[in-house]
Amino acid sequence: MGRPIRFVLNGAAHELPADTDPTLTVLNWLRYHRRLTGTKEGCAEGDCGACTVVVSDLADGVVRHRAVNACILFAPMLDGRAITTVEGLGREGALSPVQQAMVDTHASQCGFCTPGFVMSLEALRRAGGPTDADSLKDALAGNLCRCTGYGPILAAGQAMGATEGDDGALRAALAAIRPTEMLTLEHEGRRFFAPRSADELAGVLEANPGATVLAGGTDVGLWVTKQHRVLETIVSLNDCADLKAVDDLGGAIRIGAGTRYADAHPALAALHPEFGELLRRLGGLQVRNLGTVCGNIANGSPIGDMPPALIAAGATLVLRKGSARRELPLETFFLAYGKQDRAPGEFVEAVIVPKPAAGRIFKIAKLSKRFDQDISAVCLGLSVGLDGDRVTDARIAFGGMAATPKRAAACEAALIGQPWTAETVETAVARLGEDFAPITDMRASADYRLEAAKNLIRRAFRESTGAERLRDLAAVTHG
Amino acid sequence: MADSGSAVRPLPVLHAPIGHDSAPRHVSGEALYIDDIPEPPGLLHIAVGQAARAHARVTKLDLSAVRAAPGVAAVLTPADVPGKNDISPFAGDDPLFAEGEVKFLGQALFCVAAETLPKARAAAARAVAEYEDLPPLLTADAAVAAGSFIEPTQTMKLGDARAAIAAAPRRVSGHLRVGGQEHFYLEGQVALVAPGEGQDLHVWTSTQHPTETQHILGRVLNLPDAAITVEVRRMGGGFGGKETQSVQWAAMAALAAKITRRPAKIRLDRDDDMVMTGKRHDFEIDWELGFDDEGRLHGAAFAFASRCGFSADLSHAINDRAMFHADNAYALQTAEIVSHRARTNTVSNTAFRGFGGPQGMMAIERALDAAALSLGRDPLDVRLANLYGVAGDVTPYGQTVTDSVAREIMTELAAGCDYRARRAAIAAWNDANDHLRRGIALTPVKFGISFTTTYLNQAGALVHVYTDGSIHLNHGGTEMGQGLNIKVAQVAADAFQVPLAAVKITSTRTDKVPNTSATAASSGSDLNGMAALDACEQIKARLSAWAKTNYGHEAVFTPEGVRVGAELMSFRDFVHEAYVARVSLSAAGFYKTPDIHYDRVNHKGRPFYYYAYGAACSEVAIDTLTGESKVTRVDILHDVGRSLNPAIDLGQIEGGFIQGMGWLTTEELVFDDAGRLRTHAPSTYKIPTAGDRPDIFNVAIWAAGENRENTIHRSKAVGEPPLMLAISVFSALTDAVASVGGHQVMPNLDAPATPERILAACDDVRRRAGA
Repeated sequence: MGRPIRFVLNGAAHELPADTDPTLTVLNWLRYHRRLTGTKEGCAEGDCGACTVVVSDLADGVVRHRAVNACILFAPMLDGRAITTVEGLGREGALSPVQQAMVDTHASQCGFCTPGFVMSLEALRRAGGPTDADSLKDALAGNLCRCTGYGPILAAGQAMGATEGDDGALRAALAAIRPTEMLTLEHEGRRFFAPRSADELAGVLEANPGATVLAGGTDVGLWVTKQHRVLETIVSLNDCADLKAVDDLGGAIRIGAGTRYADAHPALAALHPEFGELLRRLGGLQVRNLGTVCGNIANGSPIGDMPPALIAAGATLVLRKGSARRELPLETFFLAYGKQDRAPGEFVEAVIVPKPAAGRIFKIAKLSKRFDQDISAVCLGLSVGLDGDRVTDARIAFGGMAATPKRAAACEAALIGQPWTAETVETAVARLGEDFAPITDMRASADYRLEAAKNLIRRAFRESTGAERLRDLAAVTHG
Repeated sequence: MADSGSAVRPLPVLHAPIGHDSAPRHVSGEALYIDDIPEPPGLLHIAVGQAARAHARVTKLDLSAVRAAPGVAAVLTPADVPGKNDISPFAGDDPLFAEGEVKFLGQALFCVAAETLPKARAAAARAVAEYEDLPPLLTADAAVAAGSFIEPTQTMKLGDARAAIAAAPRRVSGHLRVGGQEHFYLEGQVALVAPGEGQDLHVWTSTQHPTETQHILGRVLNLPDAAITVEVRRMGGGFGGKETQSVQWAAMAALAAKITRRPAKIRLDRDDDMVMTGKRHDFEIDWELGFDDEGRLHGAAFAFASRCGFSADLSHAINDRAMFHADNAYALQTAEIVSHRARTNTVSNTAFRGFGGPQGMMAIERALDAAALSLGRDPLDVRLANLYGVAGDVTPYGQTVTDSVAREIMTELAAGCDYRARRAAIAAWNDANDHLRRGIALTPVKFGISFTTTYLNQAGALVHVYTDGSIHLNHGGTEMGQGLNIKVAQVAADAFQVPLAAVKITSTRTDKVPNTSATAASSGSDLNGMAALDACEQIKARLSAWAKTNYGHEAVFTPEGVRVGAELMSFRDFVHEAYVARVSLSAAGFYKTPDIHYDRVNHKGRPFYYYAYGAACSEVAIDTLTGESKVTRVDILHDVGRSLNPAIDLGQIEGGFIQGMGWLTTEELVFDDAGRLRTHAPSTYKIPTAGDRPDIFNVAIWAAGENRENTIHRSKAVGEPPLMLAISVFSALTDAVASVGGHQVMPNLDAPATPERILAACDDVRRRAGA
């Protein structure tokens, strides 16, 4: 079989053999194979951050550091990269600046979540440190602490400073192990392929049409850690450099299938600030550092955060099989619950997102029990075109309201041609019951979903006329 | 507000803001939790087979495929239990493995010990179980209607509340539902057991109660307590969830180790942990108040029904504590408190920081909010008018409150956080805004300190002084992050006047200090600090007596060394000389809380040695179109007596508040109609994140605090009371919702105040107010 998995562990080159179990998680490898037990398992689903490690890669000569969850990261995804665990910080018994700051601010109580926070802060420090209080909270939204109430940890983040010097040693180590050929693993008949280009990926998938396509693994990882599924063949697109680009097409941007949320974030935020806030609230940073925009589409979840907003924006999806490509409006990709318009051997290659035209009303709204790092109960994408005060066209899509992300056709129809007024909006939201019959589950009741969906459109209208937003409110001032 | 954390204290070790002893090991990843201990050779891993029904007879349980699965060393069922198939703390109703009948969905049926954890899990999944369904009782209301209880309904009375309420100038009443809460300790349940010589077992387990673990394992395995040693270095969080709920897993590992003669480990996956272990009790509360036009109470009546789950666990005492705290900080004048303890077909609910107290306090705080609204008065004024020390001093259980500082704390806090001006500004803001609304509330906490089961208020410690002057400190309390070990070490270092570094903190072990109580009820430093001090004082007394004999002067322990007459010796030289003179340098200390007693039959007595106090002011904003909410500012003033360690205490106050805020806002436990918990992982159960911490969050220790009772260096317990400061958030949310109807109708807001509940409450207020 093929070559070993090569990576850098806490500064030293390391290999895992070509018969490594492809779904061995990095967390289990660290803890139970390497006995590096500082990295903890808190949930095994990427939601608590106790397993946070820093993964670094080399792109265009620059070392980039990302905090990721080791619990849902498969070992072969380390190929060509460097991993730093809590044991890799500090030198000769001295604590690192982040570690010392955490001690100084009394930022640990039970200590179990602590290494994860240390590593999230370490990644932030290497990226230049927090720019403001909110950026620090965002960087830590993927780490749960049950003891401290977070204050001392935030204080540590403010006190830790920024990294000095460059990543010369790590850059050299990464350059030395830079892969040139596709990683191929086989373990007890189960196979793993990591092609290095879109063309190579297309070929491998044509040859293995039943394979599981792996992008960031923030969903597929849970199939293994939570559902204990056995994945026979995995094809990873994480090493396809040409799928990681965000291209400006002039009137639109094209987001490649390998583009992580974090990497798409600036371009999408530039497209519209509403996208920026949506991505800020999507998962924790560790999830955004692994998961991809296209993966959030390809998995077909009815509660993925990206589709409603992208549908509202008029996005099209690029599907590829072999050398054949086709484009389709995003909303038509979702056929039914768990069923998408994707043939065996075909893969999502990119999503093309048009820039909302000036003067359009473009709103994204997400409702969840917790603001940060939660899954939508209801998610709205709304784009309304106006000619004067008259609605020329409307694209309103919801997540959490049906078995797929779906447009509100009746509601849209009631808006088009009408003046953009509260009365029109009332008429339109009254028709949402024709568009949706949502379910009751642990996130929300059917009644709440339908009422809140109506109110989100009402609120979008109010905001289009200047109403304030809850998230922008600070404590009241007086006197 | 002064921050006493930075205040200058006369002594270098006591009352100083010293960091957690394990902090450097926490941040470096070197702190060992059970799953980090190097795995012994031949270790077996355990997976648990769970019941798939909430209530059913098991008509068939075929484990042949489980036994035949690869890597399986043992499959354990009730038939393999050599002793009693029961892991309950006292009631005898909590089987290690269900037998014949399953009583909640997720209950353990059997366990598998295999060579690897994946093999154990795969094997467990091969079990074939068939059930004959029985009607399940899933809610407290359903169980009460069916007459299903863990013990008879309890009633506590002060005077004739019914008559007083009926005769009062004004009355309000209502119903409140308060949700449960998952502990979500970051380290899940875990235990490792290694067989030793003969029948001996060494048990490393993440538990708040090593002694009970030892005793129950002895009962299950039919072994003497002395054969079993339980050791706990630290837990990755406990919060009450490892007081009793940790025992079952240790028992499975111990059983596997005993039967196979191999070491065995069990570590529950997060989802299994959340499904299979108990939580905070959810409550249904009926309340009624009678009061006068000034808002002064004439009487209060409460009826509680709590979901205890399928077994008693600690529900007797938890529900007692809900009754004890239905007065919170207020003299009710007359009271009738009825408590139904519902036995349901759900996981057995258990201890959780506050232990029933939070639910009891929610009742009176909601009632006072309603009374204030009905009078058109500021709720703070109604609260202040009814405080102990202002309006009376006798509790519904007959204890006289002599130490109330609630009024002092509340008035100081209200002034310090500009409560009055902000309330006015918020009212003006609400008048000018439509779909966004704000609310504010300032609520007190008075929390009774002592185990209400009086005999539990005892503790032991073991102190060795070695001949190099280093000190081995051991006590019966367990460290779960709360800083107990550093506090007790401060006490010991102060006793000998040695540097803190001379005191070695050691793991809690049943072979060092026996027959201990759980580290619970906020009692850790009160009890173990005193026991350790007793041990230190015994050694000091022996040393001093020897010095008197030998040198003609008693020994005086000072930071500079030991002074004997005119001579100053290093502590090291002094104790070495004492050793050569054959003075024992080891002592077992003991402490029992004085003056407390309780007659549970009549619910009268003095169950609490003293009370801890605090107050919080919370300001919130809500979106009345979606029900989303945001806590924009919190100010806290909390009484910890004379703090043993202000850094540790501030951490407990802040952390407790945020945990309480989560309980009342984002944390929702959802069981479906089949009794299946649908929120069993952090993806669906949402504890607060860093972003939920209020942007303005001022926390201070009350500078004037000093315990009037003779507690360890006049400090007060701090573990639980701050959680209930978060009730101010719930009252503030209620206030914001009430603004939708111009404060004309009382919102029917239940907890947790999720967006869905807030929106429903807003809609309901709009309807009722005609707004």
